[in-house]
Amino acid sequence: MKYRSVTEIIGPIMVGPSSSHTAGAARIGRLARLLFDGQPKRVNIHLYGSFAKTYKGHGTDVALIGGLLDFDTFDERIRDAKEHADKANMRVRFHEEEAIPDHPNTVKLRLESDDNAMELVGISIGGGKIEIIELNGFALQLTGHHPALLIVHQDRYGVIANVANVLALHKVNIGHMKVSRKEKGREALMVIEVDQTVTDEIMTSLEKLEHVDQVAKLHE
Amino acid sequence: MFRNVAELIELTKRDGISISEVMIQQEIEVTGRSREAVLADMDEKLTIMEEAVRRGIEEDVKSVSGLTGGDGKKLEKYIESGNGLSGDTMLRAVSRAMATNEVNAAMGMICATPTAGSAGVVPGTLFSLKDKLNPTREAMQRYLLTSGAFGLVVANNASISGAAGGCQAEVGSAAGMAAAATVELAGGTPKQSAEAMAMALKNMLGLVCDPVAGLVEVPCVKRNAAGASIAMVAADMALAGIESRIPCDEVIDAMYRIGESMSETLKETALGGLAATPTGKALESQIFNLSAERT
Repeated sequence: MKYRSVTEIIGPIMVGPSSSHTAGAARIGRLARLLFDGQPKRVNIHLYGSFAKTYKGHGTDVALIGGLLDFDTFDERIRDAKEHADKANMRVRFHEEEAIPDHPNTVKLRLESDDNAMELVGISIGGGKIEIIELNGFALQLTGHHPALLIVHQDRYGVIANVANVLALHKVNIGHMKVSRKEKGREALMVIEVDQTVTDEIMTSLEKLEHVDQVAKLHE
Repeated sequence: MFRNVAELIELTKRDGISISEVMIQQEIEVTGRSREAVLADMDEKLTIMEEAVRRGIEEDVKSVSGLTGGDGKKLEKYIESGNGLSGDTMLRAVSRAMATNEVNAAMGMICATPTAGSAGVVPGTLFSLKDKLNPTREAMQRYLLTSGAFGLVVANNASISGAAGGCQAEVGSAAGMAAAATVELAGGTPKQSAEAMAMALKNMLGLVCDPVAGLVEVPCVKRNAAGASIAMVAADMALAGIESRIPCDEVIDAMYRIGESMSETLKETALGGLAATPTGKALESQIFNLSAERT
């Protein structure tokens, strides 16, 4: 089941006006920043479907920018996120796309800094809940029914075993796991769906592992 | 975990507990949080809701577009005049639902229940019932948990997104959730909660999401008003022993199928319905400073 916790129905606490187009957008922006491991210098944001048609009225643009600046859904600075982005030297451009997406609330973000770039496609499925469906060209195919971990790492022997060991140590069971890479020995991505809640302690342990670049969790 | 309303009601019967108690126990199991933490989280949200209601009925709230604000306050004054026809509890549910949604439209702080666009219905009914029934703080926390239990079933079997299922999925779901929680707060049975949910949602089926200029304002604020009133009526009907001929789970399923067959122009794209009326379009041009020719 996609929705598991009562907090997904009663919540989030947020600044209005839309849970999917404002709070969900802020969460996508914030998760992108987390996966990028810092604040990007330039961001190109492509909006699709209902996002493209109604983003101005819903504050989807300021929410995405707010998220990229690490503002949470209830952070009232979201309203003035554009000014905050200017101050922080983050340049953001929006593109309204005509293509019809599978999900009506779809956004593609391309984050860049001088030595790093990342592309992410997210969808906002209702009530502030979001899914990431693509990362750097890797299709994620998450069911959304379980807590999930995204681990960007280097394609080396032992990394998968080390990650599995950390989870085992904390009695976290892996339900589904997919490892993808673009090229042998280069950047790779682990997508792991687990049965238990992933604590901050586990996240810290995973981040410390050799050849692990970024760790993020989805669907608490 | 309960997958539908039938299973939820079965759990209350098996263990002899309330719907809110099933929700608490499941929340502990799913998230690993303690009972105290689950209730404390609901308490924090109650505080946010109460503050939004207060702002909406006391302050002069106005949205950035200028389309909405002040109607919750207006109705509250009318109630005080003593001339209200629908009864104070009903009218307060409506004024407080509008107040919350007006604060939301002004980019104020609210708690989504289940969404921001439908955030008025659950707190609106609750903070009206607070005046009528004098519930304990825990009973109010449980009101949110019972609402949440029914909301989870809708979210997992249909949708709570206007873009995916129309307004029936947002204000419709919220009205059903509030109706069910009202029954529990008033001392009704879990079965009566399910009947109330079914009767409220039945009367929201087919409702489209057609926001003027794409803003969560027109008609959202007044749909929250109607959602709160339908929730109150459905709860009273269920408490009187009236049952829905169509079981709650089948009503939810019907809502899903209606959403699937609804035109995209009526699912939060601002292309159809009230958004496409001459006045709706004129307001859009005015707000975004667009030329009238652009459609």
